[in-house]
Amino acid sequence: MAEVMELNYTVSNEDFTRAGEASSDVKKKLKQLGVSPEAIRKVAIALYEGEINMIIHAYGGQIKVTISEEMITLVLADRGPGIADIEKAMQAGYSTAPDKVRSLGFGAGMGLPNMKKNSDTMDIKTELGVGTTVTMTINL
Amino acid sequence: MKVYELGNMDDFELLSISKDTDITGVFCCDLLSIAMGKAPAGSAWVTVMANVNTLAVASLTDVACIILAEDVTFDNSLIEKAKEEGIAVFKTKKPIFDAALLINNSL
Ligand SMILES: Nc1ncnc2c1ncn2[C@@H]1O[C@H](COP(=O)(O)OP(=O)(O)OP(=O)(O)O)[C@@H](O)[C@H]1O
Ligand SMILES: [Mg+2]
Repeated sequence: MAEVMELNYTVSNEDFTRAGEASSDVKKKLKQLGVSPEAIRKVAIALYEGEINMIIHAYGGQIKVTISEEMITLVLADRGPGIADIEKAMQAGYSTAPDKVRSLGFGAGMGLPNMKKNSDTMDIKTELGVGTTVTMTINL
Repeated sequence: MKVYELGNMDDFELLSISKDTDITGVFCCDLLSIAMGKAPAGSAWVTVMANVNTLAVASLTDVACIILAEDVTFDNSLIEKAKEEGIAVFKTKKPIFDAALLINNSL
């Protein structure tokens, strides 16, 4: 599998004004590479939701995007509080978002379901008090 | 209807930059992750949620424009950022449903 490109981003803590920067940048690069609009939309949605979750629920983190001929792999790693019950967290409508971010329009509890729906594979590794790593792949 | 034509309608005021892209539908929602998952590309997105995250969602979903309804207040930096990113933003005094209906009837 020929690796075409690897992109790395640091997502800073509580920085809502910059939230979505990694997703926008990846979207631009995928457009330049001639990736299909459908695949770009999936990546943009999945990555944005993951990015926002890292800011709201953790303390920021690292994003690694790998683009190959066959697929795009998104790895989002944070050192946040971890997720106690992944099954519950994956349910549409489940959210622990605080009021302060709900007033910004977050907290529908649709982020993780959106990520699941827009990726071909999704894996969550999490440990309470240590952090969470979400890995998603989108086939090209 | 083209995005710039919305600016010619009495109830809508252009705040950022105009565009000649087509509006192909109307979408209403204030919760960002629902909008993220459901807003159709090319639609006019009517919302009262007026912050930078609205812009991020609009740009990632490729909606045609944002319409801030109910005469909501917002920061001028929002408009500056919209201009920078080339996102068409309008405002209206109309409630969400009325604004959406007006646009839908003009498509
Ligand atoms: N990176 C993370 N670290 C810790 N907890 C997380 C993380 N991502 C998600 N969660 C937990 O899973 C829940 C559901 O996440 P999801 O993204 O679906 O909804 P939300 O972020 O609360 O709201 P929305 O995404 O709709 O704005 C969150 O409320 C939070 O409790
Ligand atoms: Mg979320």
